[in-house]
Amino acid sequence: MFKGTAVTIALSLALLGGNLAQAASEFNPQISLILDGRYTHYNNESDYELPGFMLGGEAGRGEKGFALGHNELVLSANIDDLYYGKMTTVLADHDGATEVELEEAYIETLGLGSGASIRAGRFFSGIGYLNGQHPHSWDFADAPLIYRGLFGEALRDDGVQLSWVAPSHLYLKLGAELTRGAQFPAGGAANDGAGATAAFLKLGGDVGASHSWQLGLSHWSARIEGRRSAGHSHDGGATAIPAFSGESAISGIDAVWKWAPNGNAGTRNLKLQAEYFVRDEEGTVVMDDGSVAPESSRYDGRQSGWYAQTVYQFMPRWRVGLRYDQLGSDNNVPDPVVRAESGLDDEGQHPRRTTLMLDYSRSEYSRIRLQYAQDESYADNDNALTLQYTMSLGSHGAHRF
Amino acid sequence: MRRLFTLFGALWLLAVASPAAARLNLFACEPEWAALAAELGGERVTLYSATTARQDPHHIQARPSLIAQVRRADLVICSGAELEVGWLPLLLRQAGSPKVLPGRPGHFEASAFVERLEIPQQLDRAMGDLHASGNPHVHLDPRRLAQIATALTQRLAALDPNHADHYHQRQHDFGQRWQQALSRWEQRAAPLRGVRAVVHHKDWVYLFDWLGMVEAGTLEPKPGLPTSVGHLAALRRELAREPAQMILHTAYQNGRAAQRLAQMNGSTVVELPYTVGGSERAGDLFALFDETIERLLAARQ
Repeated sequence: MFKGTAVTIALSLALLGGNLAQAASEFNPQISLILDGRYTHYNNESDYELPGFMLGGEAGRGEKGFALGHNELVLSANIDDLYYGKMTTVLADHDGATEVELEEAYIETLGLGSGASIRAGRFFSGIGYLNGQHPHSWDFADAPLIYRGLFGEALRDDGVQLSWVAPSHLYLKLGAELTRGAQFPAGGAANDGAGATAAFLKLGGDVGASHSWQLGLSHWSARIEGRRSAGHSHDGGATAIPAFSGESAISGIDAVWKWAPNGNAGTRNLKLQAEYFVRDEEGTVVMDDGSVAPESSRYDGRQSGWYAQTVYQFMPRWRVGLRYDQLGSDNNVPDPVVRAESGLDDEGQHPRRTTLMLDYSRSEYSRIRLQYAQDESYADNDNALTLQYTMSLGSHGAHRF
Repeated sequence: MRRLFTLFGALWLLAVASPAAARLNLFACEPEWAALAAELGGERVTLYSATTARQDPHHIQARPSLIAQVRRADLVICSGAELEVGWLPLLLRQAGSPKVLPGRPGHFEASAFVERLEIPQQLDRAMGDLHASGNPHVHLDPRRLAQIATALTQRLAALDPNHADHYHQRQHDFGQRWQQALSRWEQRAAPLRGVRAVVHHKDWVYLFDWLGMVEAGTLEPKPGLPTSVGHLAALRRELAREPAQMILHTAYQNGRAAQRLAQMNGSTVVELPYTVGGSERAGDLFALFDETIERLLAARQ
């Protein structure tokens, strides 16, 4: 009798446990943790630069040897029937200290209707194809050179985004953003803290069951007051920080094509992707060296670049990829000292890079990648070898296109 | 003049007949729900299926065409129980259409209307890709499918109240044909009771629950993980002790692992349609179960 009761209690507890597990997964915010680490070998010791580009943000080639990548903690959930919220924090080491960076923190409407939604807070801009994707979902261990050159790594800012999806068979999405303009590649939060605007258009669809595509057009512009970039010191002297003030505008086009036999990507699938961006800037560059009368120059320039990549899954779990990057610039900076030290002198270079990668995914939550890049970004050519892991735990990630 | 009248007449007819414009737009996550909605909705509904029988419903990307279709939909019909967890939430957020969000009349999760099996007591990814709400492949039990048909009819009638009778009439008709088919299937499938089968993925739990078949093992070492050589060897040892007659897989699963195991232990590989469109014959829900049972019976001999 007693034994029977004990069994019943144990059974009910087990059942209750099952229900609790279910409830927990359905009601709590979805939490996921991204773990990213790598070992990188470079055969070039000099400081990173992209001739013709004033670098900022997180632009760089990363550290040599063992290093952590983007370790992110992501929380997201529907707030109520009208709003969705998401926050991404990045934990990264900078000069021996662990820093917490708020990468994303936004709310988004769910229920405006008629295909419209509003996003507010800090978010990745909707421009380009790769821009909205987190580094852990990239197909290569690093960003394309044009993203590195123009955006630091990706364009994100604080502000609002309005988007609309058309009620058509063809996918058509329009978006507009008004943002603070304090972060690279803007700066200074001009126009009372609403210094940057962006607009984008996306079209997409399927061709039969096996093919799908997306095409995007983007534009971004900002009034910039004192955007600071990394300085260059070619003669070993003290480095002055270039600060740009003026008008900046970026236009871009992106295209993605995916193939999988009968739309079943399980065994084999192919992805082709290319983006082109061009930036026009006009204003003044001041070389801030701490003195009362720093060197300055008028600057009128244009930088552009593109990349094309393909990734092929040739059997379950295994993928190979190839990427080619190329940049160019045409900058008019009358003052020769400013030209040399700001990074705007292209030094007769056309930065380019060829990257090969192979990755293995045990499940959709884990990936190990080997990457080789022949980097001709600047005068000293470099061969870079990267071994990287990217893993996620917690809530199930979204299968983005 | 007469031609003009004819033209106006034709235009008027078009306008009157434009309930075509008032038809419900249905977005089905999987072909089985599109087929069920076709049975119940008839000419009152326009159907779009997000996936085909050749695609694994776990692994779909939220691609542009799907966002556009969810944006246009009056009703989204999915399996639920986290089968579409990787793509449906993203589609719903991207489409900006509140009427199809969870909890609204335009959102229908089939598995919520039936008793689910295999609800895990413990959630740990080391055990594979588990669904906290239980096994989501509920459509392969025709008894559960009948319950879902009742719930879906009520939903269609609520969304299109002017034609509620139409949906109830069609459900009555479908229900009668389904009951007849069900007793026919159960009679035919009686010899399958107790038959042991190895499965590729845990897609067949509800079919086995209905037919009294026994799952003798899975080709996937853990749900969602591809087969490995080591796992096949272990499975083979297990089957040497307690043999299985057949190895089941779907059209969207690679049949190679099943063939390899079959070569080792001499059991029969059966590709089952799994859903509507999964074989040449399985053109609707009735044919799906006819075909499934016939193929199982053939493999038993």
